[in-house]
Amino acid sequence: MSEKDGTIRDRIDPLGDRLGAAFSTFEGPHTFGNSPQFWSAFLLVIAFAAIYPLVTNSYALLQTTGLLVWVFLSLSLTLIWGYAGIFSFGQTAFFGLGGYTFGVVGINLVDITGATTVALIAAVVVPALFAALLGYFMFYGRISGVYVAIITLAVTLILALLFSRTAGSEFAIGDAQLGGYNGMTGIPSIQLGGGPLVVELGPSGMYYFILILLVGGYLLARYVLQSDYGYIMIGIREAQERTEMFGYDIRRVKLQVFTVAGGIAGLSGALYASVGGFISPPVMGLAFAALPVIWVTVGGREALLGAILGTLGLRALENDLAASGSEFATLFLGGLLMIAVLVIPDGVIPTALRLWNKYTERGVGE
Amino acid sequence: MSLLSSTLDLLTVIISGFGSLVIVSLGLAIIFGMMEIINLAHGEFMMVGAYATAIAYTEGIPLIVCVLLGGVAAGVMGLVVERLVLQHLYERPVDSMVATWGLSLVLIQSVLIVFGPNFAGVDTPFGTVSYGAYSASAYQLVLGGVAVAMLGVLYLIFHYTEYGLHARATMQDAESARSLGIDTSRVYMVTFFIGSVVTGIAGGLFAPVISIVPTLGSSFIIEAFVTVIVGGASVLLGVASGGISLSVINGVAAQGVGALAGRVALLLTAILIIRIYPDGLSDYLEGRLGW
Repeated sequence: MSEKDGTIRDRIDPLGDRLGAAFSTFEGPHTFGNSPQFWSAFLLVIAFAAIYPLVTNSYALLQTTGLLVWVFLSLSLTLIWGYAGIFSFGQTAFFGLGGYTFGVVGINLVDITGATTVALIAAVVVPALFAALLGYFMFYGRISGVYVAIITLAVTLILALLFSRTAGSEFAIGDAQLGGYNGMTGIPSIQLGGGPLVVELGPSGMYYFILILLVGGYLLARYVLQSDYGYIMIGIREAQERTEMFGYDIRRVKLQVFTVAGGIAGLSGALYASVGGFISPPVMGLAFAALPVIWVTVGGREALLGAILGTLGLRALENDLAASGSEFATLFLGGLLMIAVLVIPDGVIPTALRLWNKYTERGVGE
Repeated sequence: MSLLSSTLDLLTVIISGFGSLVIVSLGLAIIFGMMEIINLAHGEFMMVGAYATAIAYTEGIPLIVCVLLGGVAAGVMGLVVERLVLQHLYERPVDSMVATWGLSLVLIQSVLIVFGPNFAGVDTPFGTVSYGAYSASAYQLVLGGVAVAMLGVLYLIFHYTEYGLHARATMQDAESARSLGIDTSRVYMVTFFIGSVVTGIAGGLFAPVISIVPTLGSSFIIEAFVTVIVGGASVLLGVASGGISLSVINGVAAQGVGALAGRVALLLTAILIIRIYPDGLSDYLEGRLGW
């Protein structure tokens, strides 16, 4: 579709068209932001993000890095909920598991290998395997809809409970103390490589590492979404039975997506644990389980960008509210969630992009 | 002696477990079974019931009246929520779940702001019963009886009143019910009200045995959700069968290993049961056994 539009646009906007063509691999009917303007803005934002550490102070950089780690949690929810239509209320279970795995493996191996590469990989693999096991019971038991939400919620709450009962020296894996409700401390930072070649990421290194993961992950997700596999996911969201009648094994697809989403949430948890050097059970508790749901609902669950911007915006707002000592932060978030569901059920970003497309009549796709 | 007293202990845990599972999950099951709405503010409706009970109790009102007032408070709140929010979301079950989640955050924080982190508790009535080395809180055992009574009252409402007939018709096929002249929107409203009242009463019944804090609802919701999942969509049969099976499993695990093991066993059982009977135990009982 972009080529056809291009013939008209060639004369007015040849640079934009070349941009559009370069990014057409990432465009499809289910991706938001399919226009040269979008990609120009995308490149501008990345350029700004790239020089950001040079123009800001180290405190702000640390804050921003702290915000970015949560985006992966939201992206995992967008993938599973926004695209495959499976409402998981317990992505924080995988987040927490990822954080704890990173801590346990990292603390035990960092002195031996000098790096935390293995820990980072384990922090993705362990939650993914856990998600696969849970997903097997759910999807091959043909559970869907609100039942999945309840079970995932129960799982994250039980995990929070289990980890909060691990106080005392008997709950240690190797050198890593689980630490009960107070959590695990002394988690190493991310040190890539192994053996003689180890790169320890400093504050700005960590920022760039997460930024690269984020941009890569975003583009990869958009690529998947406009692939055949992405269409099956959307098919499951829109009409589960019909997709199955077409001969797709929706149980397997759901299980795969759920597993990958579990791994991404685990990555988020590992990054969180490595940035703060710390993880504790409340990240799997009720209050935290709500957060990604709020971010994604407000930002727009069917748009990756909605999840990203919703997370960054609301998380920053929460931090400000919490820093000002306001007891109204939760009140505000809860109210916002209810209003968002009632007034803009699609979320801010898809609604805004749709309005923009309608207004300019230029954007390709919905 | 020890065998007898440990048997009695186990029996107590099972009876009180059955009582609390049924009481805690009934309101949720009514709203879910009849309206297919998962009320994620379920715990907070209980919290409102418990607070209303505790406030009334400090005024010197007898406990049983306080508990009923708790039901009224939660019921009124349920009506407001249904009219303002939920009636717009009947076609979107997941969104109604998200909205009630937002509501739960608002309720917890509002109560925290208004009443502070904790509130004067309610004394546990009835004392203890003991037999040799065995002793148990009588109130916990009474809750088992109350649970059965609540099931009975709801059975009468749903099977012997005009509202009950309309509600069951709406539950089976809302469109046909509408074409037969039943005001389904009104049925939903009344159903949500009843569910809220029952949930508020549940909160009031637990007020004497828990500390009255804004987050008290969260300690109940795992049990409530698990019972409803295991029981399935058929409201009363589901809650009863889910309550019985889970209280036995929870009781054995909790007595044998520890309270936490009981919780974990609940969850594992729930996951296993829905793997085998995806529509819950009540579906199996109704379908296979022809109940």
